[in-house]
Amino acid sequence: MADTRPTASIEAVESGLAAQGYIASRQIATAVYLSQQIDKPILVEGPAGVGKTELAKAIAAWRGMKMIRLQCYEGLDEAKALYEWKYAKQLLYTQILKDKLGEVLGGAQTLGAALDQLHTFGDVFFSKEFVEPRPLLQALEQPNGCVLLIDEIDKSDAEFESLLLEILSDFQVTIPELGTVSAVAPPTVILTSNSERDLGDALKRRCLHLHIGFPEQRLEERIVESRVPGISQTLRRQMVGFIHEIRSLDLKKLPSVSEAIDWARVLVLLQANELDHEIVKDTLNVLLKYEADIEAATPQISAFIAKASRQGVFS
Amino acid sequence: MRENLHRFFRAARGAGVRVSPAESIDAMRAIAQVGFADRAILRDTFLLTLAKTQDEKRALGDCFDLFFSQPEPQQEASEQSKSDEQREAGSNPQADAHGDTSGGGAESENVGPLAQMLLSQDRTAISTAIANASGAASLSDIRYFTQRGIFQTRILDAMGIQRLRDDIDNATANNPALAERLQDALTGLRGTVRDAVSQALLLYGREEAENLRNEILRNAPLARIEPRQVEQMRSLIRQIARRLRERYSKPRKRQRRGHLDVRRTLRRNAAWGGVPFLTAWKRKHRDRPKIVALCDVSGSVARVSDFFLLLIHSLHEVVDDVRSFAFSGHLIEVSDILDKKPPEEAMQEIMSKVGFGSSDYGNSFADFEDGWMNTITPQTTVIVLGDARSNNLDPRADILRRIGERSKRLVWLNPEGRMTWGFGDSEMPRYATFCTVVRQCATAKQLERAVSDIVASYQ
Repeated sequence: MADTRPTASIEAVESGLAAQGYIASRQIATAVYLSQQIDKPILVEGPAGVGKTELAKAIAAWRGMKMIRLQCYEGLDEAKALYEWKYAKQLLYTQILKDKLGEVLGGAQTLGAALDQLHTFGDVFFSKEFVEPRPLLQALEQPNGCVLLIDEIDKSDAEFESLLLEILSDFQVTIPELGTVSAVAPPTVILTSNSERDLGDALKRRCLHLHIGFPEQRLEERIVESRVPGISQTLRRQMVGFIHEIRSLDLKKLPSVSEAIDWARVLVLLQANELDHEIVKDTLNVLLKYEADIEAATPQISAFIAKASRQGVFS
Repeated sequence: MRENLHRFFRAARGAGVRVSPAESIDAMRAIAQVGFADRAILRDTFLLTLAKTQDEKRALGDCFDLFFSQPEPQQEASEQSKSDEQREAGSNPQADAHGDTSGGGAESENVGPLAQMLLSQDRTAISTAIANASGAASLSDIRYFTQRGIFQTRILDAMGIQRLRDDIDNATANNPALAERLQDALTGLRGTVRDAVSQALLLYGREEAENLRNEILRNAPLARIEPRQVEQMRSLIRQIARRLRERYSKPRKRQRRGHLDVRRTLRRNAAWGGVPFLTAWKRKHRDRPKIVALCDVSGSVARVSDFFLLLIHSLHEVVDDVRSFAFSGHLIEVSDILDKKPPEEAMQEIMSKVGFGSSDYGNSFADFEDGWMNTITPQTTVIVLGDARSNNLDPRADILRRIGERSKRLVWLNPEGRMTWGFGDSEMPRYATFCTVVRQCATAKQLERAVSDIVASYQ
């Protein structure tokens, strides 16, 4: 039962994602590895901007699969997520085929006979040709498998969650007129949530639950390194240290990884060699998105820079 | 190993992580993939498959650390002990380590296996034996701290303490030194077993202990709980709020099938020349509750009001609009304070503003009528929480009558028992005539039922 082979595979996931520029912590890599091994969707929770959506993109790029994205919002329903009948096409075809129908039914003497003849043709207008597949159905129909990203599931209604259950547990959907459509190849499903509302237990039970928080300092440095290659090592260490100090403040919106990367880009553009009070003050609006937050952080800038540079000396 | 996993799931449930059978199957499948080699990966795997919230992850992480700090897992242990035996048998063929028949005799005395184990001071063998005996005594069934004694006895019995006692008795006569050594070892063994049982209680008994405590808390009078229990009570109230939210925040639009909405159907199908491909059905909207709460914060009622306000204000998803007012001598609105501040601070601020006076219901009702009478609409439920003891001042029941006429329902919650209504300065009978419902509300249980009924009346 216990062998060392899977450990190597978790590392393979880690390096595979790293090749796509996504530096995954070991927990993330374990989750991705397990989801492939036991065919389970991953439910990713965490604050905005820590790379939940990026993870799905990285997996798709790494494994060379198509990514299908379903953005959730309030009021999202079956017709927009799963499938829809092409009403216009159905209508058009009935118009075009009117004459043909006349020919076919021409021989029938009575209304009853005509109906009987019509029944022998079956449900032509409710066949696969008239189904407009929406993201969920598309994902099941991909011959080579795909990465299905169901983004911000917490924004959708509770009813939509229930709709997902069949897909998440059995990778199939039931269309009343056609029957059950099973996945050609089980897709890798990633659901993301910002915890705006509590998701149902039934949904959570069907998923691996992965929480991505703010990364540790080392990990974040590696992330910035992979995303912004032009940045010098000292500056990188300083800025990541500075961001970690900022996160200890009680702010409305803490800066996350995406803000860190943006800031690193800005600093490289401004050709900064190291952090100083002026440049931080001028670029603080990249990190913090609320006026009140900026006001709260401004008096601390010098102290934080000093702390961040000190850390750099010892490590 | 499977047995160990099951014990871990049980421990996880004890730690407050809801592990369903399906989740445990998932965990098993996942572990079959990753193996047991790396403890950190094993831990991550459990966190991924079993825990479904941040809190659960924390609890499960702690539980994992505690669980795997235990003596060796059982199956490995028994294998180990077997190999030990073989080794022993190989090196010392005379020693009969297994079985009760004392045929050989490694020492000068004929002593039982337990005594031999203790004398040889083989620590792994001893902890293995404890682990095996714990399994035999089904230690993972322990629930209450009162069961500690019986489990200790069972484990010691399973380890063969009877034989050890006999050995000691025999040795006292023949070989006092040996008897003394055995006696010391026995004391040590008792301590080790006691520790093992305590740890098991910590792992498996937590859930039951908490249930018991909550059950007691639910039925304790809110007005007289001790300060150290206030925090527990708050978390209990939060649980109640969560339960109410789950029960009542279900979709409020119920489709009334069978009634075609002709106007919307025609409009929706305009593109197809009015041929009704898509039908629209009439829907009935249900109102969300609107609540106006008037809370007495004088003297003994204050504590109850505190919990009541906490409960009402934790129901955001269920209740549309809550306006709360606090009064003793006069009345102020406290909705903002409660929404902005954490409960402890909010209550302090409210108390400093209006608390600790002698209550004057007439004056407070007059304040309400002057300032906020227009907040009451025909959809509003008005809840008054108080003991209706107005210190013999004018009760102004006429205002209460007008409030009752304007609102959907007027509910009076009284923390005092029914026996005392109407005695002394209690104006309860006079007020009761204008209320839709009057009920006693002294414990968390009654509070839950009262609020649940109010919310349910809107469904």
